[in-house]
Amino acid sequence: MIMSLGPYASFIVTSYAAVALVVVILIGWIVLDYRSQTQRLRELDRSGVTRRSGRSAVDTP
Amino acid sequence: MTLIDLANPTRFLALTARVLPWLAAATVILLTIGLYQSALAPDDYQQGATVKIMFIHVPNAWLSMFVWGVMSIASLGTLVWRHPLADVAAKAAAPIGAAFTFLALLTGSLWGRPMWGTYWEWDARLTSVLILFLMYLGLMALWRAVDDPSRAARAAAVLTLVGAINLPIIKFSVDWWNTLHQPASVMRMGGSSLDKSFLIPLLVMAVAFTLLFVTLHLAAMRNEILRRRVRSLQMMQASRVAFSSEMGTGSREETASKGAA
Repeated sequence: MIMSLGPYASFIVTSYAAVALVVVILIGWIVLDYRSQTQRLRELDRSGVTRRSGRSAVDTP
Repeated sequence: MTLIDLANPTRFLALTARVLPWLAAATVILLTIGLYQSALAPDDYQQGATVKIMFIHVPNAWLSMFVWGVMSIASLGTLVWRHPLADVAAKAAAPIGAAFTFLALLTGSLWGRPMWGTYWEWDARLTSVLILFLMYLGLMALWRAVDDPSRAARAAAVLTLVGAINLPIIKFSVDWWNTLHQPASVMRMGGSSLDKSFLIPLLVMAVAFTLLFVTLHLAAMRNEILRRRVRSLQMMQASRVAFSSEMGTGSREETASKGAA
């Protein structure tokens, strides 16, 4: 079944594409930020810096 | 697990690790159902197929206000209860709220061009949502401008609570002023005026987007906790370096004075 979007198809498609793009950017930013923070914690852990509790810097249960 | 238990960031990280995969899966499933129902929804007798833009515009518009509401409660948590995760929650929500507000403005504009004949009109609803978007950007700038997270948190909390005045203005702008934007058709006295064929996909998409926000917010809060952990460890490392170099200088000076004697 082919969906007919009428004379304003470009407005509808652009709306959905924009929402998809922004949501993908948000997800990508959060995933990359998580990787960056865990990477920095690993580097600190390797350099011997530990938390006051004595736990490893990368200790995220 | 109570709210007090979650005050411990380590416990919160454990909770997010368990909950995030389920939330992400539920979001994907609901979004798929919502998009399928939106695609199958009939054309409106006035708007034609353009009504499909409503299925993404309305959830984003709801979330733009809902996220500020969440940030306002978190701000109370910072100022009144001093909950350790309150400012983490507020800071993590701001960019997500800004993205939803931007999408509400953009999709509304793309709907307005064919329906109203214009992308933009300075009416009360559109202008108050634009102000909300600018406030999100201002809040994000404030968080970046102040180095100390606890000082930034208090200033941002005050600004958020002042900005919350805009929420009822946005909601009731269509009743208080004569606007081009249509009045409420879902949440209104006397029930929704929408036909079920439009209301059901709209509600499914609204729940799906709300779940998307909860998922992204928890993930962003987890990132913020890790960022603060990195910051405190880096400060600890810097103070150790400063202390050891001070000790080194002190012992050298002591040796030099002994040699001179």
